[in-house]
Amino acid sequence: MNRFLIPFGLFIVVVGFLAVGLTLNPRELPSPLVGKAAPEFSLPQLHDPGKVISSNDLKGKVWLLNFWASWCGGCKDEHPVLIHLAQSGEVPIYGMDYKDQRSEALAWLKEWGNPYQIVAVDEPGRIGINYGVYGVPETYVIDKAGVIRYKQIGPLREDILDKKIMPLVRELQNQ
Amino acid sequence: MIPEIGHYALILALCVAVVQGVLPIYGAAVRNSSLMAVAKPAARGQFLLVLTAFCCLGYAFAVKDFSVLYVAATSNSQLPLHYRLAAIWGAHEGSLLLWMFILSIWMVAVSFFSTHLPEAMRARILGVMGLVSVGFLLFMLTVSNPFERLIPAALDGRDLNPLLQDPGMVIHPPMLYMGYVGFSVAFSFAIAALLGGTLDAAWARWSRPWTTVAWCFMTVGVAMGSGWAYYELGWGGWWFWDPVENASFMPWLAGTALMHSLAVTDKRGGFKAWSVLLAIMAFSLSLLGTFLVRSGVLTSVHAFATDPKRGLFILVFLAIVIGGSLVLYAWRAPRVGLGGGFALISREGMLLANNVLLVAALGSVLLGTLYPLFLDALDLGKISVGPPYFDTVFLPLMTPAIFLMGIGPLAQWKQASLPALAIRLRWAFGVSLVTAVVVPWLMGQWTPLVTLGLLMAFWILATIVVDLRERLLQAEGGGSIGGRVALLPRAYWGMVVAHAGVALFIVGVTMVKGFEAEQDVRMNVGETATLGGYTFRFDGTQQVNGPNYVAARGTIHVSQDGKEVTVMYPEKRRYFVQNQTMTEAAIATGLLRDLYVSLGEPLEGGAWSVRLYHKPFIDWIWGGCLVMAAGGILAISDRRYRLAWRRKEATVPVEAQLARPTVT
Repeated sequence: MNRFLIPFGLFIVVVGFLAVGLTLNPRELPSPLVGKAAPEFSLPQLHDPGKVISSNDLKGKVWLLNFWASWCGGCKDEHPVLIHLAQSGEVPIYGMDYKDQRSEALAWLKEWGNPYQIVAVDEPGRIGINYGVYGVPETYVIDKAGVIRYKQIGPLREDILDKKIMPLVRELQNQ
Repeated sequence: MIPEIGHYALILALCVAVVQGVLPIYGAAVRNSSLMAVAKPAARGQFLLVLTAFCCLGYAFAVKDFSVLYVAATSNSQLPLHYRLAAIWGAHEGSLLLWMFILSIWMVAVSFFSTHLPEAMRARILGVMGLVSVGFLLFMLTVSNPFERLIPAALDGRDLNPLLQDPGMVIHPPMLYMGYVGFSVAFSFAIAALLGGTLDAAWARWSRPWTTVAWCFMTVGVAMGSGWAYYELGWGGWWFWDPVENASFMPWLAGTALMHSLAVTDKRGGFKAWSVLLAIMAFSLSLLGTFLVRSGVLTSVHAFATDPKRGLFILVFLAIVIGGSLVLYAWRAPRVGLGGGFALISREGMLLANNVLLVAALGSVLLGTLYPLFLDALDLGKISVGPPYFDTVFLPLMTPAIFLMGIGPLAQWKQASLPALAIRLRWAFGVSLVTAVVVPWLMGQWTPLVTLGLLMAFWILATIVVDLRERLLQAEGGGSIGGRVALLPRAYWGMVVAHAGVALFIVGVTMVKGFEAEQDVRMNVGETATLGGYTFRFDGTQQVNGPNYVAARGTIHVSQDGKEVTVMYPEKRRYFVQNQTMTEAAIATGLLRDLYVSLGEPLEGGAWSVRLYHKPFIDWIWGGCLVMAAGGILAISDRRYRLAWRRKEATVPVEAQLARPTVT
């Protein structure tokens, strides 16, 4: 065995790992909040600032919480998916307008359509911190007892919805 | 039209690069000098073509041609011209063009400064560089073309990331790339030597100045990146062990080891195979850095927008270049021989130990950087490796390395006597130990780590003093001090200065880690806070309009013992196009301390949350790096390199003299 081959051998191992690494997504982080109670909030509504939306009002049903903002590019990417889901009526979607300006958010929803039952306004981003938001968009599946069951970082896609989120939602709804 | 010219120039450059990569190497193998002669004009032609492409992209940015996708993605009509030009390397495609442009600059430099090399050697070097550039040009033309059109054109651009709209970002990437790509020269020298089978001391002598120049650029580049993180990110930190920072630090470590190993090969003919391996490693790590930044395998604040196709391309390229070189190494290096023997206690022995420590440090950084990826690939969970790991492994490896750094220059080649060294250095050790214990105590807070850090710094300085004193006393025929100083070669002074730079760097790191103080306070208008003996008074914020942003600018008066020291203006900027908020910290720089203020969030009634930092000696960190680089520059200005140029120039008149008789 030629000892000068050792560097090459080590390199092959590293390349092997790098090749596997290419197929993985390092941004797919398991959230420590999955399986725990969703942080409570009580916030003004986007369309009617006089009214308040509280997470306690939503107990007893399975719902999706979607963090978005009018300034966020990825939100526009996932928007058709949300609209499509909202039209199916399978699960209610609640929006969390994250670090945004009211007028811009309203204009954005008017232009692209509103998939949300109600939109809460989190202008300082405090609720986002409680939920451990890395960046918008993010979507949480919350069950009847108010426990986070799934977290999607980044835009929703049809395939994620079909393979992961909707089967989970149906299972939770039947509990 | 202009962007198409740029695109076309890149295609032509690829053709030239293929010719440059194939013919000269083949010519060198069959000893055909007309084929070998292709290398020089090809390298220069390629430079002109890449320069053309570079200028075309610059022009597209200058005239705000938003029909070019890359221009539309990284600039905006409101972006000032200097940042529009810096936006050339503001994202993936353009930074590759910068990389390629710098590679072609190095090729041209080799073609001009290699007349003293044997023709076959030069042909192989330029051939290998040509092959490297084939890979990069193919990469650009297939999956990352900066000249891709956007039809119909965008009305306006998406703007450059506000983080990059900063003078540091204008200079940092070119500097760093000069270093990264500069190692391709040492790499090509090594591959050429392996191909030709002539790994001798002359090879090391030719490689040394190129390696040192690349290392100097790299040092400045890494330091500037760290400085940028310090003042631009607004957290007051200067090094985060982020994967991308590590990607630039690993080639630097390999390059540092290579410089020292080449010194042994040059002077004593030893460490040949080792030097070759380090040259391959330094450039391989540069390529690995490129892969890590652009493939998305690791999460990092610096990562470029990722695309799996690009990741795959670079991985294949990486496998071919590095794998090929290492196979070649395994095949040819056994014939190289080991060079002269030496005792364990000798300058060679110490340099070898230093090299091993540097490479071990490099290996641990590499492991820490890739470890999350390894675990993820083996499905063992997701983790992130942070500063605690790196701090823990780095310090124990660097401490003996620094200790040896003090002894090495005083030890004789081949065999040195340990007792004699101990006697020569006992005062240096005593003085540095006492100072290291007393200074932190005088500063009011004694911790073992601060003492250890200061001991290392003072040890380097004290051993330099001992070494200098001995050499100046021995310098013969010098007479006055000035004459004796001039007698010592500049390469030696370069080493002294660079080592002193390391000492300054260590002082900076130690003092910052040991004595920095920070406060996160809520400040009402007119309220004061005290930190590190300074009183900060917050006088509220006002709105300021920039070219492409609007800022809340705070005014903070700083006083010490009742006397006003300075007024600081930290800003919170909101950039319009990407609607991104940026913290622009205010820094009052000083030789012995920095005051650092950044605005947090606005609170009710005009109050703000404000972060205050007092950072003693922090500028010594970057100052030390600049001094290291200055040492490198001093070393390459050494007489023997200047003599090499002069000898080359002298050849012309000699030929003219020979020609004269035939004329008369």
